[in-house]
Amino acid sequence: MTDLQKLTIGKALNLGLRRAMEEDPKVLIMGEDVGKLGGVFRITDGLQKDFGEQRVLDTPLAESGIIGTAVGLAVRGFRPVCEIQFEGFIFPGFDQISSQVAKLHYRTQGKIKMPIVIRVPFGGGIGAVEHHSESPESLFAHIPGLKVVSVSNAVDAYWGIQQAIKSDDPILFFEPKKLYHSGAMKSEVDTEATPDELFKSRVVREGTTATVVAYGPSVKVALDAAAAAEDEGKSLEVIDLRTLSPLDLEPVFESVRKTGRLIALSEAPSESSLTSEIAARVQQECFYSLEAPVLRVTGFDTPYPPAKLEEHYLPDLDRVLHTVDRSLAW
Amino acid sequence: MPSEHWTHPEPGDGPAAVAAQPSPEQVIAGLRATSEGGAELTQLLTPEGERVASPQFDRYVDDIDAEALKGLYRDMVLVRRADREANAMQRQGQLGIWVPLLGQEAAQIGSGRALRKGDMAFPSYREHGVAYTRGVDLKEVLGIFRCTDHSGWDYKAHGFHPYTIVIGNQVLNAAGYAMGQKFEGKVGDDDSEATICYFGDGATSQGDVHEGFVWAAVYDAPLVFFCQNNQWAISEPTERQSRLPLYQRARGYGFPGIRVDGNDVLACLAVSRWALEECRHGNGPVLIEAFTYRMDAHTTTDDPTRYRLSDELEEWKLKDPIERVRAYLARGGGADQAFFDQVQADSDAFAAELRDYCFNMPEPPPDRIFSNVYAESTPLLDAQREEFLSYLDGFVGAGEH
Repeated sequence: MTDLQKLTIGKALNLGLRRAMEEDPKVLIMGEDVGKLGGVFRITDGLQKDFGEQRVLDTPLAESGIIGTAVGLAVRGFRPVCEIQFEGFIFPGFDQISSQVAKLHYRTQGKIKMPIVIRVPFGGGIGAVEHHSESPESLFAHIPGLKVVSVSNAVDAYWGIQQAIKSDDPILFFEPKKLYHSGAMKSEVDTEATPDELFKSRVVREGTTATVVAYGPSVKVALDAAAAAEDEGKSLEVIDLRTLSPLDLEPVFESVRKTGRLIALSEAPSESSLTSEIAARVQQECFYSLEAPVLRVTGFDTPYPPAKLEEHYLPDLDRVLHTVDRSLAW
Repeated sequence: MPSEHWTHPEPGDGPAAVAAQPSPEQVIAGLRATSEGGAELTQLLTPEGERVASPQFDRYVDDIDAEALKGLYRDMVLVRRADREANAMQRQGQLGIWVPLLGQEAAQIGSGRALRKGDMAFPSYREHGVAYTRGVDLKEVLGIFRCTDHSGWDYKAHGFHPYTIVIGNQVLNAAGYAMGQKFEGKVGDDDSEATICYFGDGATSQGDVHEGFVWAAVYDAPLVFFCQNNQWAISEPTERQSRLPLYQRARGYGFPGIRVDGNDVLACLAVSRWALEECRHGNGPVLIEAFTYRMDAHTTTDDPTRYRLSDELEEWKLKDPIERVRAYLARGGGADQAFFDQVQADSDAFAAELRDYCFNMPEPPPDRIFSNVYAESTPLLDAQREEFLSYLDGFVGAGEH
């Protein structure tokens, strides 16, 4: 029986976490304020009440502690889901993530598995103070042993979090905080459906003039830009990467072979980033199909600015359309 | 503590009491003042090999008769002999690096022999003696230092986690593991489980160790923190890590801390058994500071003559962990010369076996680079592997002609 619910990304994550906890008693949620408060974004709302303090742990305030103890719990056979309150606070845990979470499986030739999910609300546009609006996902995609995904809609949020928890590999799960409770991004979630594979990107809008590839919060920007472009008689194909490591670029290659143009879109700074990697791989695979160089629309190579300036910093649909025009003018 | 060096400044002592950097003379003076371990040092066997009564801890070693003590002696001699052999093999270029345990045999054998099968030990990278007590073949440890592998043993079968090179990381990992034991209800009676975590005096400056103390305390984790204070973190003395004796830090976290003579295998065994028992019964965590001395370099890349005086080493040689047991056994008639000769012969054979294995250790095949990066591999990594192996195949063909 199909059970369709219209959900926000935030609610979809909450229901996905709940279902994962119901299905496997080894799943733990741990982090700062995830229990009674339900997390600063309320993503874990109500879970401690129903699953108890031993499965939803309000931890002491230290990110290395959260990740480092999750490692030990995973060695013991648990499946910890760590919540980092904001992406800018993940760095005290970076050592444990890069030194232990990413490497224990390799170091032990597979004897130790690290089925850890680290949930990271990320991205700007919420008018927050420093350290609350960053996009550090490329740093994690660069570390072998980790997998990195980012969701852009409620369907992927609901299924993706469950698939990430079931995976025996450690996964950084980047959630677009600006869209958590966005009514505009509500979508119908079929909780009985067979979900898409987690590590596959997807064409979310078909087009012929140029391709825009994006992930997380930028997918909405790309779709808005595509809708606006249509009024100008341009047909943009939009691809949601969904998986940042491993990168699934086959649909991007296929699209570029069709449109001949690619715009890679991300809120993160551009230098040495995922968009750099996409540009390099596309020129390698689609050199003879390209009608213009791969262009990028990104945040600037600066620290995240004071929020009064973020509307200039964050890629918006006008910057995307401007870049599409540059590509077409080549 | 009798030493003025360790006196904590009281409020109102003024800025002079908060000296920013001790001079080298002060550092050395401080070490000498604490080289006996202080009045609160738990000791059951003196450096001269005299048994000291301990109303609190004697009962934890009631079962250690002459035969059992001979076993501990043998353990220490074997791991020291293996350690010296590995050190020599590094000097001959057979190992990339070696991390000596010389001088720390009692701390490792005493605490390691206190563990039971269901317990888990989280080592740093110097715990070859603990590995031995957990039944890990030291040949598998050698692979790490010959750089053929990162960790060869079955951690679950041996209850011995892989070595952790990043200072202090394993303390949080151990705290999480011990929390898991607690969550699974493995705590509460004599048959329960516990975890022990090894780290050095230098590690106590790391945030992860502090966080590990916090987590273990908050969750009442059955975790024994076993700090081997060997006085030096490469060239940095304990004075660079703490104003207080390290065991006293436990009080700030709300659990017991105890300083044991780390060169006294009997005391290390007794104190570890006590601490593990506390954990098994749900009264953990516990911090043990094993007051010992690294008699060799930090690693074979290190040159301790640059930062410490030979006097200090000579002083600690008088407290050698093996010699005191030998003196006790010899004097008490528990062992005759034939026993000591046999242990020596066994340790030589043990070392020869290690050497033979080391020299003939197979090199890992190139595709090992790519194996077990992920539980479920990725298309990109698979493609990279195939491309590299095919590239290598080209050389095979070229070489045949």
